[in-house]
Amino acid sequence: MDIFEFYRKDRWPHVFCPGCGNGTVMNCFFRAFNEAGLSLDNTVFVGGIGCSSRVPLYINSDALHTTHGRAIAFATGLKLAKPGLKVVVFTGDGDLGAIGGNHFINGCRRNVDMTVICINNNIYGMTGGQASITTPHDFQSTTTPYGNKEYPFDLAEIAVAAGANYVARWTTRQVHELTKSMKSALQKRGFALVEVVSQCPTNFGRRNKMADPSQMLEWFKSNTVRRDKAKSAELDHVDLNLAGQITVGEFVDRNRECYEELIGVEKHG
Amino acid sequence: MTIPPGEYFVQGNDACVEGALASGVKFFAGYPITPSTEIAEGLAQRLKGQNGVFLQMEDEIACISAVIGASWGGAKAMTATSGPGFSLMQEAIGYAAMSETPVVLVNVMRGGPSTGQPTKASQGDVMQTKWGSHGDYQVIAFAPATVQEMFDLTVECFNYSEKYRVPAFLLSDAEVGHMRGLLRVPEKLNVIDRKEMGIRRTDEAYDVPDDLVKPFPVFGKGHKAIITGMTHTETGRIEPEDSKVHSDLVRRLNEKVLRNRKDINKWEMIGEGSKTMIISYGSSALGAKEVATKDPNVGLLRLKSIWPLPEEPIAQAARGAQRILVCEMNLGQLFFSIKRVAQDAGCKQVELLSKLGGEPPTPSEVRHKLRSMGAV
Ligand SMILES: Cc1ncc(C[n+]2csc(CCOP(=O)(O)OP(=O)(O)O)c2C)c(N)n1
Repeated sequence: MDIFEFYRKDRWPHVFCPGCGNGTVMNCFFRAFNEAGLSLDNTVFVGGIGCSSRVPLYINSDALHTTHGRAIAFATGLKLAKPGLKVVVFTGDGDLGAIGGNHFINGCRRNVDMTVICINNNIYGMTGGQASITTPHDFQSTTTPYGNKEYPFDLAEIAVAAGANYVARWTTRQVHELTKSMKSALQKRGFALVEVVSQCPTNFGRRNKMADPSQMLEWFKSNTVRRDKAKSAELDHVDLNLAGQITVGEFVDRNRECYEELIGVEKHG
Repeated sequence: MTIPPGEYFVQGNDACVEGALASGVKFFAGYPITPSTEIAEGLAQRLKGQNGVFLQMEDEIACISAVIGASWGGAKAMTATSGPGFSLMQEAIGYAAMSETPVVLVNVMRGGPSTGQPTKASQGDVMQTKWGSHGDYQVIAFAPATVQEMFDLTVECFNYSEKYRVPAFLLSDAEVGHMRGLLRVPEKLNVIDRKEMGIRRTDEAYDVPDDLVKPFPVFGKGHKAIITGMTHTETGRIEPEDSKVHSDLVRRLNEKVLRNRKDINKWEMIGEGSKTMIISYGSSALGAKEVATKDPNVGLLRLKSIWPLPEEPIAQAARGAQRILVCEMNLGQLFFSIKRVAQDAGCKQVELLSKLGGEPPTPSEVRHKLRSMGAV
C-alpha cells in the first residue's frame, strides 16, 4: 500500500508546524503498519488531546478523538467490547504522563492488547509551550521562565515497571529502528508502548537555543545512547539535560497473558 | 443470563442490575463507592465470558471513558457511581453528549457536598446532572422511587440513550438503592437498539428523523468514522473556528432531546385537579404519595423522569391548583424550574419542603407543611 493511502487527504492542510516531528512519526508508523500486514478497515485510532493526539484524525480509518489524558481508558473499553479490532493510541507526553498518568500505569498493568505511540516532544505543544512532565531539568518553557526546577519522568521505564508487554524508545533521528519497533509493537499481543522523542522546534526548540529543527535532530543524535534489551543495562535514565543522555532501544519484550485472554472475551468478539 | 420472568424480593440496586441485563448491557466499568457498589458487584457476577465484560477501573474518569469507548465498539455500556465519582465523570459526560454516544450512568445519590454522607440519601445532584459538564447540552434522567422502578427505569435509560444517542441517567438515591421490595420481571420487554449506520430497520428507533439523530457508525465496519468532542461537521470534520457549524451542532444536540420531551417524559398523577398539589420525585415522593392517597383534597404529580423537564405534566397539575408543594431532598433544585412552569400555568403559591440529612420527608412532615400553607 502506498504510504499516501494512509492519509485522509481531504483533511489537509494539517495543524502541525513546519519542522514538527509528527510527520516523521506518521511516516514510520505507516510503513510499520504496512509491513505488519494489518488492515486499516479493522483498526481504530484513538487519540487524547494535543498535537500528537490529533494524528488519528489524519488517518484513513475509524478515529476516536477523546478527552485530554483518557485515550487509554477509552481504548480499553473499545477493545474489550470489540476484541476483533486492532486498537492504536496516539498520545503525547502531557496526555499520557501527566493528566493521563493513572490510566497509563494501569493500562500497562492491565495489559489489554493495544499499541500506544507516545510522541514525546518534552513540552505542551498545542497550548503553546508550557513545561510538561518530560521537560528536562533547567530547560526553558513559558511556565518555567527561570528554568525547569523539576526533574522529568521516564515514560518508558514507568511502562516497563508497570507491566507492559513491549516497550521501546527512539527519537525521530532513528527512523529505521523506530519503524522496526513500531512493527514489533503492532504485532505484540498485550500493551505495547513505543515512545518517540520528537522535536517541537516551535515551542521547545525556539526557547532552548534549537529553533531550527535540524539542531534538534542533531541534539538527538549526539545525545542518544543505545541500550539493547539483551544486555543487562547499568542504571540509566532519560534525564534530557544538555549534558545528559537519551537512552534508546527496545527495553522489554515479553508475553504476559493479555487481559482479553484472561477473561476469555477474545473468543466471543 | 437474565432472570426468568416472575416475582422476586430484592434490593433496589439489584433490580437495577436485572434491568441492565434485561436491556442487553454488554459492558460495565465501575469503581467502588457507597451507596452504588452493589450494582458493580452484581454485574461482576453476571457479566462473564460471552455474557459481557465487567471491569473495575482505576477511577471514575476511567470508568466513564471506557464505557464510551465500549459503546463505540457497539456494546450497550453502563457505569454506576455516587456523588464524588459523579463529579469526576463530568468532563466525559459532556464528551458523550457532544459525540452523541449512547451510555447509561447510574447515580445512587448520597449527601454532599464532598464526601458528605456516604450511606445517606439525598437529591443533591439533580442540577449537576443537567448542568455538570461545561457548555450547552441536554441529557435524559429518570428518578426511580421503588425497587420496581429501579428495574423499569434502567430499561428506559438504555432505550432512550440508544434512541437519541445521549447519555441517560438513572438518578436514584441511597434510600431507593438499598430499599428491599417486590420486583416483577415481565414476560416481554420493549428493548430499543441504536439505529446503526448501513442497516435498514423499521422499528421504533426510526420514528426519530435521521437529520435529528444520525445513524450510528459502529467502528470496524468500514465507515471511516471520526468521533470527536471538538466542534465537527456531520462527517466528523473538525471545524472549531466555524461559528455556523458550532451553532448548528449544539442546537441540534439540544433540540433532539427537547423536541421529544413528550416521548421521553414519564410520570404518575394522583388526584388531578385537586386544589392542593404536591410535585415530587424519587424517594422524596414516597411520603407525599401516602398523604395524597389518603387525603382526597391533596393530589400528587410524581415525576419518573426529570430531564428534560416534564413541563407539560407540571403545567397540567398547576392549572387548576391553588397551591403547589414541591418536596425534595436538597435546598431546592428542581423547585425553581417547577415554580417557573407552575406560575406560568397560573398557580401563584408554589412552596418547597426541603429535607436534608439523609431521610426522605415523612407523611407527617408533608402534612405539617401543607397545613402551614393553608391546605388540609
Ligand atoms: C482537561 C483539559 N485540560 C487542559 C486542556 C488543554 N490542553 C490541550 S492540549 C494540552 C497539552 C497537550 O500536550 P501533549 O499531550 O504533550 O501533546 P502535544 O501537543 O505536545 O503533542 C493541554 C494542556 C484540555 N484540553 N483538557
